[in-house]
Amino acid sequence: MPTLTFIEHNGTEYKVSADIGQSAMQAATFASVPGIPADCGGACACATCHAYVDEAWLQHLPALESTENDMLDCAIERRDNSRLACQLFVTEELDGMVLRLPAAQF
Amino acid sequence: MPLTSVVIVGAGQAGFQVAASLRQEGYEGRITLIGDEPGLPYQRPPLSKAYLLGKIKETALLFRPADYFDTQRITLIHDQATAIDRQNRRVLLSSGDAVTYDHLVLACGAHNRPLPVPGAELQGVFGVKTKQDADVLAPLVKKIRNVVVVGAGFIGLEFAAVAAEQGANVHVLELGDRPMARAVSADMSQLFRQAHEAWGVKFDFRQGLTRIEGSDGKVSGVVTSDGRTLPADLVVFGIGVIPNTQLASEAGLAIENGIRVDANLLTSDSNISAIGDVACFPCLHNGERPTRLESVQNAADQARNVAARLLGKPTTFNALPWFWTDQGNLKLQIAGLSTGYDSTLSLGSAETQQFSVLCFRNEQLIAVESCNRPGDHMAARKILARPPKLTPAEAAAEGFELKAWELANRD
Repeated sequence: MPTLTFIEHNGTEYKVSADIGQSAMQAATFASVPGIPADCGGACACATCHAYVDEAWLQHLPALESTENDMLDCAIERRDNSRLACQLFVTEELDGMVLRLPAAQF
Repeated sequence: MPLTSVVIVGAGQAGFQVAASLRQEGYEGRITLIGDEPGLPYQRPPLSKAYLLGKIKETALLFRPADYFDTQRITLIHDQATAIDRQNRRVLLSSGDAVTYDHLVLACGAHNRPLPVPGAELQGVFGVKTKQDADVLAPLVKKIRNVVVVGAGFIGLEFAAVAAEQGANVHVLELGDRPMARAVSADMSQLFRQAHEAWGVKFDFRQGLTRIEGSDGKVSGVVTSDGRTLPADLVVFGIGVIPNTQLASEAGLAIENGIRVDANLLTSDSNISAIGDVACFPCLHNGERPTRLESVQNAADQARNVAARLLGKPTTFNALPWFWTDQGNLKLQIAGLSTGYDSTLSLGSAETQQFSVLCFRNEQLIAVESCNRPGDHMAARKILARPPKLTPAEAAAEGFELKAWELANRD
């Protein structure tokens, strides 16, 4: 079972196990990681699961689709490695992936 | 007196979120979450779309896994609350048990308005409200040939899109004169009407039904108000919901299109709050008129507001309402409430299906509806969260973009 690490803005780390095919967002909410309200439950409708993905894993991620891209455009402090965790579905390659959470969601 | 026992009636989006927020914010006392559906608390929005198509699994509907409720000491009771004993601060359950509270949160939700016609009891006639409904409906969706959808609201149209995608003949009956009339402007209705028609969906507006016909207990057709018989092996209705107020009303709480609450979401009993689909509150984004909203955002934000109050951080509830619906390739996102709009401006184009409608009342922006323009929606949520200063004249300027305006006008 792949493991993901979420790091809160204040540096607190959460190691979370995730099922293959589960979204990184749900892996985080299932483990009660704070800082991911995930209001819309993964419908790519709210941009409250914004995370910065550590560089090593970017190549294994699915391409950014236009909806996610537009939603991120309005997120607070978008960076090159910004993604919405609800659109990242866990694969073997993502084992160990580190996602850092912004200070504020939306 | 410190709070030692919070009881929540209703384990949907609102009820679950109260429990989760209380724990997250450090509340140590007892939490009892009473739900009358089997299983763990789950999200409803995918039931009429992704879940029905099998695009997401059952576990993806859950808010939290089973062990969460144990580790967070949230007692989940599968039972029906039958009465509130306000004097002794107890909730009575149909099992005969009772749970005592310091504070009670009513998050009882709503139930589907039933189809008031003969034949509504036939096999193959569905409302979509619970996971159980969706589980019975899902295998049929792949087999149906002719479906009649009653009501062109969010649920009806989401289902119509799903059924059309499966190759069914879809016929939508709607009493109003356009789709989603209660929720969106005429221009946005038109875009959705054309999209559905392009997917093969047929609409009959200003048209109801007088009865549903069947043979061997199974639905076979629908008779319209003007006397035509439409063949149907499935009828799905979404004609609105009725708030579940019985428990509150029998307990003597004030009722007015739902359970009436004040700006802090308290009922007429200060030991009882009401939130989510069942609560009618003075909405700051609707001129403080009594407003009842049926949405995920409203449920979750009201839950957080109540949890904060119970932990000593009361604030007037002022969250901006927002909504979404996914139909086929169209994602409609709405920020604000367009009730009573008197003028509109649009961005993008309906032809490309990337289209936003700005709704104004008395020259003030009150809502933005965006189809496949999520950037507009996100900008609109920021703009509308405060009393917006955007004027129709500014928005009508050549090359106007909501996002750029929002960036330039941040305080």
